[in-house]
Amino acid sequence: MEHMTLASQLLQYIITGVTIGSIYAMVAIGFNIIYNVTEAINFAQGEFVMLGGLVMVFFRVTLKLPVLFSLPLTISVVMAVGILLDRIAIRPIRKPTVLSMVIATIGASFFIRGAAMFIWGKNPFDLPPFSGRNPITFLGAAIQPQSLWVLGFLVAVVIVLTIFFDRTIMGKALRACAVNPSASSLVGINVKYMILISFALSAAIGAIGGIVITPISLMEYDRGAMLAVKGFSACAVGGIGNFPGAVLGGILIGLIESLGAGLISSGYKDVFALLALLLILFVKPSGLLGSAEVSKIRKF
Amino acid sequence: MIVFDNKKVKQWMNKDFSHLTGFGLCIFLLPLLGKWIPMLANYMDVMVYVGIYSIITMALCLLTGYAGQISLGHASFFGIGAYVSGVMTTRYGVNPWPCLMLGVAASATVALLIGGPSLKLKGHYLAMATMAFCIIITIIFNETATYTGGPDGLAFIPGISIMGHAVDSEVKYYYLVWSVVFLVLLFCLNIIRSRVGRALRSIHGSELAASAIGVNVARYKIYVFVFSAVLTSVAGSLYAHYLNFINPASFDLLVSIKFLIMIILGGMHSLWGAIFGAALVTLLSYEWLQYFEEAEVMVYGVIVLVIVIFLPHGLVSIPKRLKSIRAR
Repeated sequence: MEHMTLASQLLQYIITGVTIGSIYAMVAIGFNIIYNVTEAINFAQGEFVMLGGLVMVFFRVTLKLPVLFSLPLTISVVMAVGILLDRIAIRPIRKPTVLSMVIATIGASFFIRGAAMFIWGKNPFDLPPFSGRNPITFLGAAIQPQSLWVLGFLVAVVIVLTIFFDRTIMGKALRACAVNPSASSLVGINVKYMILISFALSAAIGAIGGIVITPISLMEYDRGAMLAVKGFSACAVGGIGNFPGAVLGGILIGLIESLGAGLISSGYKDVFALLALLLILFVKPSGLLGSAEVSKIRKF
Repeated sequence: MIVFDNKKVKQWMNKDFSHLTGFGLCIFLLPLLGKWIPMLANYMDVMVYVGIYSIITMALCLLTGYAGQISLGHASFFGIGAYVSGVMTTRYGVNPWPCLMLGVAASATVALLIGGPSLKLKGHYLAMATMAFCIIITIIFNETATYTGGPDGLAFIPGISIMGHAVDSEVKYYYLVWSVVFLVLLFCLNIIRSRVGRALRSIHGSELAASAIGVNVARYKIYVFVFSAVLTSVAGSLYAHYLNFINPASFDLLVSIKFLIMIILGGMHSLWGAIFGAALVTLLSYEWLQYFEEAEVMVYGVIVLVIVIFLPHGLVSIPKRLKSIRAR
């Protein structure tokens, strides 16, 4: 490690950036799913990631269950939280506006954070990685095997979602709601149910993000807000509501953050991603892959 | 919604006038009552904070309640005001009053930079952009330790004086802060009843409709955002000179969200509600929620959810609701 050349150092930063960027991409995908159906931004999206990590710690470390069981268990627990979020915080709002939904999700994220602090305390938790901690050396840079898992899960999420949205009735119904909720309800789609599904789905994706990143970066109760902001940056960079954009934006934000921290200043690590968000709002508010026409129709 | 009827306007004026007089009297008499009721005297310190936060919530009431925009960055304007005042007075020995103006100028500039691009967009980009902004500012306060003292905070900020008279006791500061509150209230009540207020309300209703009848939506949103940032910065300066000590944790995201909770709780469509909410949340966090300690966060979450679901117009809407229930 002492004799790292600049090239291999850069490669190292890029690997770190792509790994963390994959998590931001998952958060951004979660944002998009809910946004497409409700046109509101779910501020509790980061809490799903945090819960994913901590619930996995409970099953994997406290109950010592093998990965194969704890993974689906964790995902279903967080999905249940997502469903509860919709049933308790979103659906009871009598006259739902984007403003009231945003405020409700902010309130819910506070509640979840407080509850997590009660259950797990304030210390960060570690999780054993899926396949050992021996780094693979590649062109002078060290790759954690877990980084490959992170990338793999991102690819899997993207593939499964693509199939879901293109090939299944429910996926198509969700897409219909995204285009026009009132027209979809006219053709017999239960929009409220679709909102529920969208919350469950994005909770599940958030949980996966938390599960795969915890072995690398640990997890504590108050990580959600920052993850939500970075995920939203990814979302905005790629274009809100745009799935390929979310993946691209996530990886870009991850790279900006890791290169900025490595080459410029680690104290300002979190600033770079947020500056990217502000910059994209300045220059191209529809995002890199979003089209200006689409963003004009949207209420958001 | 919009009332052009002259008689009704007059009624409004009278109503506001009597409310304002009553409010002014209450403010004036509270410390005097403290002489006889010792319990009230203990609340003098908290009442100063209530005043400081009321200035912010009134500003937010215009921004969120009237123009319909959420900001999660007002703790940063609060912090910019406080830190400009704190740093300039302690490190460069400048008089507090120019510092307050300098803080206002800094906040207005920053608000223009942040609000400009995000408010041109429809909807709630502002919420996320200001949330990002708030986190950035907290990091900057922490990292520029040579000026701000970093996470340890900045101490020995001098007090304020008016024309040679030092405002050195709680009661004196109480009168200073609440005079500012009164002026801001007067100003905001007038804004609401003016052309600007109606424009803001129309934006909240529908941006499309507002622009169709000739309201320059983006410009009004930026005006009200900058205006709210300026008021918040003044509150920040007052805070720094009262407490004599500031640290970055007093200006982080949690504080921004507390501001939001204040206006939601009180009722974000009403300036009175804003003051009421500020008072309630300040008392909660300074006095009544002490033994909840860290779980405070959870309590706030529950409060927000309950209000959004059951009382979307806040606590000030309760009397009206009771009336309508009785009328049935």
